[in-house]
Amino acid sequence: MIAVERLTVAFGAVYALREVSLRAETGKITAVLGANGAGKTTLLRTISGLVAPQSGTVSLDERVLTRRRPEDIARLGVGHVPEGRGVIAEFTVEENLRLGAIVAKVPLEEGLAQQYEAFPVLGQRRKQHAAKLSGGERQMLAMARALIARPSVLLLDEPSLGLAPLVTAQLMATVAELCATKDLTVVLVEQNASSALRIAHHAVVLNVGSVVADAPAEVVAADERLRQYYLGMVE
Amino acid sequence: MDSFLTSRVVTDVLSGLTNGAIYGLVALSLVLVWRATRVLNFAQGAMPMFATYLGMGLLSYDWPYWVCVGVSLVAAFAIGAVTERVLVRPLYGKPEINPIVVMVGYLIILEAFAAAIWSTTPRSLPAPFSPIDWKLAGQPVGLSPFSLFEVVTALVVMGAIVGLFRFTRIGLQLRASALAPEVSRLLGVRVGRMLTLGWMLSTAVGAVTAILVASNFFTGLTPQLMDGIFAFGFIAAAVGGLDSPVGAVASGIALGVVLQFVGDYLNSNAIILVALGILIVSLMVRPNGLLTRSAARRV
Repeated sequence: MIAVERLTVAFGAVYALREVSLRAETGKITAVLGANGAGKTTLLRTISGLVAPQSGTVSLDERVLTRRRPEDIARLGVGHVPEGRGVIAEFTVEENLRLGAIVAKVPLEEGLAQQYEAFPVLGQRRKQHAAKLSGGERQMLAMARALIARPSVLLLDEPSLGLAPLVTAQLMATVAELCATKDLTVVLVEQNASSALRIAHHAVVLNVGSVVADAPAEVVAADERLRQYYLGMVE
Repeated sequence: MDSFLTSRVVTDVLSGLTNGAIYGLVALSLVLVWRATRVLNFAQGAMPMFATYLGMGLLSYDWPYWVCVGVSLVAAFAIGAVTERVLVRPLYGKPEINPIVVMVGYLIILEAFAAAIWSTTPRSLPAPFSPIDWKLAGQPVGLSPFSLFEVVTALVVMGAIVGLFRFTRIGLQLRASALAPEVSRLLGVRVGRMLTLGWMLSTAVGAVTAILVASNFFTGLTPQLMDGIFAFGFIAAAVGGLDSPVGAVASGIALGVVLQFVGDYLNSNAIILVALGILIVSLMVRPNGLLTRSAARRV
């Protein structure tokens, strides 16, 4: 479980997050929704240690993550797939996966075999440079690269960005399946609220750095006010 | 056949390859630091010079030659690590001119310290192999056991670096840290250590070069040992592309051969002029040869 307590992050005089508290339960998908600039990406970057908060704490189960370095947080089992996927284009598919496996405790070959089984297209293209992959394939590679380390938490930042609706639907199905089968704690940041809410168990809505809703996904999905004002879901 | 092997052209090619191997090694050490930390290290000659004094100086105490070489390499690793941690780390993310100024200052300080400790009088190092050219029918062929050793050493060092980068876990992390530091950290790579390691490797490659240069009978070990060589190595790295180890080495070797012909057929005073001409022309034709900073990078 990831617990965020009264987290405040400021860049100069600009507050990106103000006293944000939320919980992402083990084995559940927690969607973090909101418009551009709501602080969603900053939240994930603070959880994984890339951004230092002004105040507040992040903890994984009983362990405090705040003020640890990103590489140490990754080694504690937090996998972060950044916005824009962060695939290293100059590396082959397999090199990207080998990099992800640096902190893995299982043998490399076993990890690779598992990921190629879960994402067959990556196995077919293992020797190709990541630059040659399509957007959807890159997203799969970024996820496989995080998963090969066997994390207990997966932070996904806008995985549907730039993907066709059909690819997005497949991706969301994969995330839901992973969460269910691996007992993974997923924090899913999305602007695409409707597809995220379809698979999420819980949803937190951010607006200009503050939490405006924190409820089961179906409650958020049914709330007309939230849909209209914060999620841009107008029928 | 004999007359061909001792002909002026072949002799020049062989001598040029020997010099070029040295330029290639200097270029390689510059590329290692550039790729890891985007710093153009003007002290790239002085740091290994200092390590060479520390190690090869033990010859005066009757330490065996190869042990002194080993000590020089260990000293180079240490100097590279300390330099990165203390001097270079505070410069990351600062304007590009800052590391240049700092490293030029560092170069001057290191050379001054070396002169103060060991004096500016050249010290001759024993060459591990004979520096006298092999002869065919009484004519020198432009290649001696020592120069062959230089070329072989250069090739082995380059092969080792390429192998390290391409086939090992550490190499994968070194490359990833240079290409995408933030993503690497998210994957648990200790990027800070990788950057330090880049500087250590670079200084060690430099120390191998410095020992080879200092073992030349006509040079000996002096505080300014690497100044001239650094200039040619720098030109090779700039022409070959600071992001490409193979390109740097290849252009180092090519530069060595070209300049040997210039010196032999034209005038030895024209060597530096031609070298600078090559630099200027290559920067005009391919301006991003020198500063390829993320121009061709997509993530």
